[in-house]
Amino acid sequence: MSELDSKATILLMGLRRGGKSSICKVVFHNMQPLDTLYLESTTNPTSEHFSTLIDLGVMELPGQLNYFEPSYESENLFKSVGALVYVIDSQDEYLNALTNLAMIIEYAYKVNPRISFEVLIHKVDSLSEDFKLDTQRDIMQRTGDELLDLGLEGVQVSFYLTSIFDHSIYEAFSRIVQKLVPELPFLENMLDNLVQHSKIEKCFLFDINSKIYVATDSSPVDIQTYEVCAEFVDVAIDLQDLYKNPNEEHEMKSVSTLVNGVVIYLRQMIRGLALVALVRPVDSSMSSAEYDTSMESCLTVMDYNIDIFKKGLEQVWDRARVARADGETGSQENPHTTF
Amino acid sequence: MSSNNRKKLLLMGRSGAGKSSMRSIIFSNYSAFDTRRLGATIDVEHSHLRFLGNMTLNLWDCGGQDVFMENYFTQQKDHIFQMVQVLIHVFDVESQEVIRDIEIFTRALKHLKRYSPDAKIFVLLHKMDLVQLDKRHELFEIMMSKLQETSAVYGFPDLVGFPTSIWDESLYKAWSKIVCSLIPNMNVYQSNLKKLKQVMDAREIILFEKATFLVVCSSNTSMGEALDPKRFEKISNVMKNFKQSSMKLKSSFKTLVLNDTIYVSEISPNMMCFIVLTKSDDPKDLVLENIKKAKQYFQ
Repeated sequence: MSELDSKATILLMGLRRGGKSSICKVVFHNMQPLDTLYLESTTNPTSEHFSTLIDLGVMELPGQLNYFEPSYESENLFKSVGALVYVIDSQDEYLNALTNLAMIIEYAYKVNPRISFEVLIHKVDSLSEDFKLDTQRDIMQRTGDELLDLGLEGVQVSFYLTSIFDHSIYEAFSRIVQKLVPELPFLENMLDNLVQHSKIEKCFLFDINSKIYVATDSSPVDIQTYEVCAEFVDVAIDLQDLYKNPNEEHEMKSVSTLVNGVVIYLRQMIRGLALVALVRPVDSSMSSAEYDTSMESCLTVMDYNIDIFKKGLEQVWDRARVARADGETGSQENPHTTF
Repeated sequence: MSSNNRKKLLLMGRSGAGKSSMRSIIFSNYSAFDTRRLGATIDVEHSHLRFLGNMTLNLWDCGGQDVFMENYFTQQKDHIFQMVQVLIHVFDVESQEVIRDIEIFTRALKHLKRYSPDAKIFVLLHKMDLVQLDKRHELFEIMMSKLQETSAVYGFPDLVGFPTSIWDESLYKAWSKIVCSLIPNMNVYQSNLKKLKQVMDAREIILFEKATFLVVCSSNTSMGEALDPKRFEKISNVMKNFKQSSMKLKSSFKTLVLNDTIYVSEISPNMMCFIVLTKSDDPKDLVLENIKKAKQYFQ
């Protein structure tokens, strides 16, 4: 069990045909959303492990099994996870799912009150805008009532509207994963510092493999900015792969300017993470020569600041590893002091 | 001169072969998924596309249902087949009536021979993704030798064919070959590009058309290196996706520098260049200055 304890584990649950395997494949394996039509029904619990700044485990349970009958097995299971993600098919009749959800929460909360409960209201791509909100309100209301009946009004449940055909599923998973990163406040603080001193408009710390963002600065996330940054990671990886020299290992760095003066900046960090930043150096009314020099100086400052940020990231990572080895569990705050 | 710059392209083939899907992907920024929404083309759909600034492509997308087809070969024949520069005939590899497909092709050739004997003929064996990997090459060879035979009879001996699919890069390859055959001063571009490559000591330089990201020409002297043979089409694909996503920031893409070895930049109002350097320690200013200086040779 100690091996499971050391990493943040996400448990994916839901009724059958809710879309759990599709979510896994799309987010973590870069599968095309349409190809998930051909996935077979999952029969066994599957668990996978991804290693980035955080060690992330994803465990998927088949929908048709009855897991809340109190048996030793499931008790251990719930004890070891950090987040329980329940997938509800919004295009289907969801009353059954809600009863099922309430029973799972009741059981899991008893075993491990530190679990964070996340509900994905899934497959919303075919619903109209009004209907989406209605569905969400209805589901939130009913879940609240069910929990009240069970005497569990203190449990926090978060809701997300998701679909695998746009970026909402990545957004939701980013939020879920962020709750499991104990170092998150430090990372956000570091990113905020970086943003303030380098004319950055928005920056994300991406996991290159899944395009989930582990952290971002504290300004509000605009979904379009996120999409552009995520796609930029793809562009950089694809182009690098075409002309890669197999015998030299390169740290990825990519800078792109757009016509309106916006700069997209990507730098590879440690452990499969990449920093992607959106920079708007100056207003575009300047003359082009003036603009060139100010952009050049802005990028130089950024390079320098990001080097410092990277060093900070390495330190956070080292300390986190030491702290975990001392027997701390993931969700407690680590004793970092120097920033 | 202006009449010389207007190129008439006929896009023909039987109904359901995928003609309109191709056009939408290459010239209208559709993704492969989006093409499912396209309905049947009624009669002929004209589109006028500016390409490399002074060239206009008049693409005649001819609906392929038998009623329309019959019409093209009888009543509208002089209208359709006059002044054609290029015929692009699309064959569905999954088609059940191959004999009938070829028959339509021969009828088109017959009319072309009469009305515009100088036309270039391209055939595309489309929907190749539906054939098993190991059978593709064989199928393509059989079909091409058959078509070659047919077209030689009508006085078009050098037929060019491509296996294509909208789900991979083969579509970009075919279309950039087709469009490049229409560019008059190709030799100038080619020799300028070679010089530029020497000056910059680059591994490779590729020129792309700006709007469609089709390959115009490349320095293709890869010095015995094993590079991905499909890289041009892959780059087209990647850069086009990036162009789409930069649209979300209400702007369009200007330059990209990756690892200080790959430079993508505008080189003329309608071309982009893609430069891969041999080493990464060239100062950035120097490279950018070189690109700026090269611009005058690619106007």
